[in-house]
Amino acid sequence: MKKYLLKGNEAIAEAAVRAGCRLFFGYPITPSTEIIEYMAKHLPAVNGTFVQAESEVSAINMCFGAAGAGVRVMTASSSPGISLMQEGLSYIAANELPVVVVNIVRAGPGLGGLGPSQADYFQATKGGGHGDYRLIVLAPSTVQELVNLTQDAFDLADLYRNPVMIMADGILGQMMEPVVFQERETRQLPAKDWATTGAEGRPRNTITSYSLQNEIGEANCLRWEAKYRSIAAAEQRWEQYMTDDAAYLMVAYGTTARIAKAAVQMARKEGIKVGLLRPITLWPFPVDGFKSLQGQIKGYLSVELSAGQMIEDVRLATNCSAPVHLCNRQGGMVPAPEEVLERFKEVFPAAAAAV
Amino acid sequence: MTEKMIISGFGGQGVMFMGKILAYAGMLTNKEVSWIPSYGPEMRGGTANCSVIVSDEEINCPVVNKPSLVVAMNGPSLEKFLPALIPGGLLVVNSSIVKNDVTRDDVRVLKIPAQELAAEKVGKANLANVVVLGAMLAKTDVLTLDDVVAALKEVVASKRPEMLAINRQALEVGMNYVKENQL
Amino acid sequence: MKEVFKRTGALTDAPFHYCPGCTHGIIHRLVAENLEELNLLGKAIGVTPVGCAGFCQQYFNIDMQGAAHGRAPAVATGIKRALPDRFVFTYQGDGDLASIGIAEVMHAAARGENITTIFVNNAIYGMTGGQMAPTTLPGQKTSTSPFGREPSVAGYPLDMPKIIAQIQGAAYVASVSVDSPKNVLQAKKAIRQAFEYQLAGRGFTFVSVLSTCPTNWGMSPVKALEWLRENMMKNYTLGVLKDAAAQ
Repeated sequence: MKKYLLKGNEAIAEAAVRAGCRLFFGYPITPSTEIIEYMAKHLPAVNGTFVQAESEVSAINMCFGAAGAGVRVMTASSSPGISLMQEGLSYIAANELPVVVVNIVRAGPGLGGLGPSQADYFQATKGGGHGDYRLIVLAPSTVQELVNLTQDAFDLADLYRNPVMIMADGILGQMMEPVVFQERETRQLPAKDWATTGAEGRPRNTITSYSLQNEIGEANCLRWEAKYRSIAAAEQRWEQYMTDDAAYLMVAYGTTARIAKAAVQMARKEGIKVGLLRPITLWPFPVDGFKSLQGQIKGYLSVELSAGQMIEDVRLATNCSAPVHLCNRQGGMVPAPEEVLERFKEVFPAAAAAV
Repeated sequence: MTEKMIISGFGGQGVMFMGKILAYAGMLTNKEVSWIPSYGPEMRGGTANCSVIVSDEEINCPVVNKPSLVVAMNGPSLEKFLPALIPGGLLVVNSSIVKNDVTRDDVRVLKIPAQELAAEKVGKANLANVVVLGAMLAKTDVLTLDDVVAALKEVVASKRPEMLAINRQALEVGMNYVKENQL
Repeated sequence: MKEVFKRTGALTDAPFHYCPGCTHGIIHRLVAENLEELNLLGKAIGVTPVGCAGFCQQYFNIDMQGAAHGRAPAVATGIKRALPDRFVFTYQGDGDLASIGIAEVMHAAARGENITTIFVNNAIYGMTGGQMAPTTLPGQKTSTSPFGREPSVAGYPLDMPKIIAQIQGAAYVASVSVDSPKNVLQAKKAIRQAFEYQLAGRGFTFVSVLSTCPTNWGMSPVKALEWLRENMMKNYTLGVLKDAAAQ
């Protein structure tokens, strides 16, 4: 199979085109701009359409309209731009529209910096905009996984009629690694008979999230809640590394998962029994992965490029059954594997002493 | 075998291209590779750099904090990355413009007057980056000249086939300079 | 017996929720009659605003999407780019279009999006209960300009059709009123023209309709129409402000 050396951002865009995405609306922002550039260049050749929107606010609302018209659509941005999209994402979630949103996260808050960051975890996994809703959040850690998860994202969005966010940091968006584009099994997806395509030959369709009757409002919320529960039950994804005999567990996603993996390998060389759990879905958070290990783990280290956001989900997933500590860098800085191991030994001195 | 490289210079010296060619060559020989650029406003003037790993093993951490090989195409790059080079690592210097003293004696140093070589022996001063690439290949086992030529064929020849021969020549000029001077 | 009047099939049986004397009902009917007469019920997709007209998807007997406040032109852009052979229009009030959504409408016009925007200007926020709008006239009292809009503090009204007419991508811009039978007929004609231009693929079309809000203006319906004629018509340009085909 042909290997391509692609930047993460280009790989996402090409994967989207191959997944049948034919409409893209976006606004330039570092470090995600290569995605919109790629779409501008390549969509016309497949009879697709690229529109550079006047703002992220408009881009996400263009996605709303296109998704409501039944077409596969995507937008991409980075943290400050994703903040501007939160209003639209709330409406998209409420109207149950399949939209794929890429967030190549950069450091914040405010204008922040361009360096890699994972500080958008709360915004992505806890709703982000107003009201109770969830995005399905996928967190790839290699350029190949960016490809695979982008293709999955469109299926998940259509299957659950829910917005899906692909969340990666600036390193993943900017780095090049070899990728292949595999033929994928076609998933059985429901027909989009709800789409507003013109009412010719059928009863008219309306897409609205307005309910002035509180009783209807509550019924809607309960329906959405049930959907989120079914997604949480069916779609948790994670990877375990060296967990069979692990007494301690590092938890990390995206770029930090790779760094933590290197730290685990260094620790193992010293005889320290530590493993890695890498969430691939950030929402739903892979609580089942933690359940299967809970009896054996004496301590958790959440490795993050934030002030400590995922760590809250780690504590919830483990019911605080063992200490959960944080190893982090912020503002665009990335820890070295040595630094992660050092922090591990600092918070779990017994682990190193046991060797 | 794992080579962790940082290639650094002024914007416009072709450091991103050098890294890309190395990563591409690694991919064509079925090695694991990664390439990360410095990105954002850094790219506009000033110093640009990329981190490249070519390895026989899975690449976990793609960030290169402790390079085994540093290419310094300008002075600021040497100042910035020499301290991080691992003991015994290789420093390749574009001595045409880098006049800084190398303040460490626990690393291998390869000084290549790349601009002069490119101008005089290749006839194109802007191929100094490819000359350095050729010189570097003489001193690392992770890739061969043939590997890099194969990558040039894919990357350069697809768009500008007329440039392939001269790029190959620049590689050889760099490599021969190292051999002839027994550096 | 000769039938001189019948309901249009482009409106549902749902009774309007609009206040007595509000001209939204007339404007709905004009849009609906044009949709029906141009045989667009099967291929039209309307986009609703936030505001009093936010409920209008109950009334138009076609596929509809409800946009966030001000975003209707962006949503309509998404629909039109997905389905270029369908007929797409937005129906927006003055707060929605001229305030929070001014970027969206200006850029839809700039792109020459092949959609139609119906802009209903009653110089006040209706749904939230009578606050100052970007189109509120100087001196006009609202709940957030209780002493009358004072330009030195609250600035001046925006004449949206005049602004949109400046934009190259706009193919047809008309400013009409529904205060009299004659003007209602003219308004219908303007909407018809805009719709036909969209069908011909000419670009962005925009019809501004001066409208009343007796409830929030604190007037009887008849007095409100008089106030519209005496005040709004003097401040807002009427007529066809741009017709790219005629030029």
